[in-house]
Amino acid sequence: MSISRRNLLKGLGLVGLSATLFPALNKLPGLDSGASATSEANPGKAKFAKQWVRVIDLKKCDGCEGLGMEPQCKVADRNVYHTREGEEWIDVRKVKGEGGSSYWMPIPCMQCENAACVNVCPVGATYHNESGTVLVDNRRCIGCRMCMAACPYDRRFFYWDDRKEYPQDVFSEYSPEFPLPPVKGTVNKCVLCEVFTQNGKLPACIAGCPRGAMYFGDLESDVATNGLEVVALKKMLAENNAYRYKENLGTKPRVYYLPGHGQDQGREPRE
Amino acid sequence: MNSADRIAELEIKVLKPLVKPGFGYNLVLVILALIVAIGVFFWFGQLRQGLVVTGLQNQVFWGLYITTFVYFIGISLAGTLVSAVLRLTGQHWQTPITRIAEIITGAALIGAAMMILVDMGRPERLLNVFIYGRIQSPLIWDVIALNTYLFGSLLYLYIPMIPDLAMCRDRLGESISPIRHKIYSILALGWQNTQEQKESLEKAINVMSVVIIPAGIAVHSVTAWLFGMTLRYGWDNSILAPYFVTSAFFSGIAMVIVAMSIYRKAFGLEKYITQEVFVKLGWLLLTMAIVYSYFNFSELLTEAYKLKGSEQAFLSQLFNGKFSGYFWLFFLANILIPIFLISWSKTRNITGITIAGVLIIVGVWFKRYIFVIPTLSFPMTPTYYNAAAYSPNLAEWAITLIGLAGFALLIGLFFRVVPAIPVWEVVHDWEKSTTPVTDHSIRFGAAKGGK
Repeated sequence: MSISRRNLLKGLGLVGLSATLFPALNKLPGLDSGASATSEANPGKAKFAKQWVRVIDLKKCDGCEGLGMEPQCKVADRNVYHTREGEEWIDVRKVKGEGGSSYWMPIPCMQCENAACVNVCPVGATYHNESGTVLVDNRRCIGCRMCMAACPYDRRFFYWDDRKEYPQDVFSEYSPEFPLPPVKGTVNKCVLCEVFTQNGKLPACIAGCPRGAMYFGDLESDVATNGLEVVALKKMLAENNAYRYKENLGTKPRVYYLPGHGQDQGREPRE
Repeated sequence: MNSADRIAELEIKVLKPLVKPGFGYNLVLVILALIVAIGVFFWFGQLRQGLVVTGLQNQVFWGLYITTFVYFIGISLAGTLVSAVLRLTGQHWQTPITRIAEIITGAALIGAAMMILVDMGRPERLLNVFIYGRIQSPLIWDVIALNTYLFGSLLYLYIPMIPDLAMCRDRLGESISPIRHKIYSILALGWQNTQEQKESLEKAINVMSVVIIPAGIAVHSVTAWLFGMTLRYGWDNSILAPYFVTSAFFSGIAMVIVAMSIYRKAFGLEKYITQEVFVKLGWLLLTMAIVYSYFNFSELLTEAYKLKGSEQAFLSQLFNGKFSGYFWLFFLANILIPIFLISWSKTRNITGITIAGVLIIVGVWFKRYIFVIPTLSFPMTPTYYNAAAYSPNLAEWAITLIGLAGFALLIGLFFRVVPAIPVWEVVHDWEKSTTPVTDHSIRFGAAKGGK
């Protein structure tokens, strides 16, 4: 054999280089969602068929304090996805407002358009699906927790151990849209109840809200509903001075807040 | 003493530990190996049960592992600086310690890779990084940079080692087992000390010294960007990459000082690793301490002046809150005291500089800790249920020690089989110091060359 050492090394180098670069280069176009873990092609920044958004009317939310209950959106979520305490896919907290007031603020995953978590994922395990929802493929996730570091809304959690509380979970067929049974050592987050919405049902948190404070809508067809009424989405956003949480970060969140202080529930705006 | 005697003495000195390292040295290695074994035991537990065995939680989800990873990445710049940068600038005083510096780099990078592995929730899916890797992710930049730098520095460690391996092959003869002899001869690649071989070796070393510098800078910058690309307080900062590079030089030099101090004593190399080497490295350390403090000051001032968002609450954690102890102690013990020890002529000696080095290698770990943990402890939204303070538990410490003790163990084992001082390079320098230095050789840093 007359392979010179130089050629051998060259060959080895090329093999090594291609091993690192090729998979990466394949993913270059479609910066945002080309690396979708599901097989169907996602046309990157192209127009979505649907664009789910949530609108949270802060005037109506009282954290279910008036009902003497835990926030019901949280409970509904927990019942479906068996999340643990401290792992609230939607959390409701009392926050300080101006002039010494306080109000309740539900904080779900914002399903950001420019999602920091999707950008930093090293293996494309987290991605946007066709309606803009950010999902995690727990079969691919390597558990590096880079996405948890990136998320400015603290809305990603980790399956630290094997979960045994709900033995019936083993009967679920895993899909990123319905991530049960939980996969140890991977990340979980709100899936915007993809399985429900595909069948014409509202997400659990919205259906579970006894105040009708949360609306589920589609920016493309411009309608939204809280399960009690149907409204024109963009009109509602425009008329109520809707804002998005931490908009200055450039994450383009898909959750809108309508400002207010829960006055509809007969609470004092000042505490 | 004529030069032949001098060379013979050096060879005896450096080859002795390869045959008879002494009881104490072996004992230390055994203890280190035990610590690693305990860590591996705990790691198996973690693999079985998940990261739940650590003190990590959804709020502070990176802890000791990532702290130590960043620490090792910093340490790993040592080899590049001492060996490559100084070689290219035509310096010679560092020749006796180049090998120590290079093995620190190699061992630190292996330690860093190890810490990443133990931190992963699904280590068995490591290959996904290559199968599904996305070049948009800073983590993939880190994978590429770290592998390049690791491969490059192992090569850069190996190439200048060839003549010494040949020396082991030729001199150790019957005092070592035939298998070990065989390994030396394979690794020596048929080195016969011919003029032609010397020339190609020097060429290879010079090429590698140039190549390794950008690789080293890259790995530190990219590790900084791992944090800098997030939106979190304390990390979301454009100064992070150069800041990491200087702090890497800073801790790397300190590690070299400590290691050479240990090997000087352990192997009786006082004659070769002289006070001059310590003092010169001390000056470098002083420079880096100043540059590092400057970056630190600049970073904190820009943040503290504007107090954007919740920056005030975040910074007060450091200045007078729960991390302030570490924070101020770091400035005292790792910046001010070392600067003082090196500047004052009474303490500017081997002991003083070694103390500075020890202070820094311990302190920088804590500095990494208060780089990672306070940022994560600070919630980005008012929502975390469990804002309980993170505190690392026993399992986490034990697993972290795989890295820390493993790092020392790797170096210790390495110098059981390879001379701690690059004999041929030192001899070469002795020979050259009798010939006049030309302008040309300085400019091109024809370091070990000398045409």
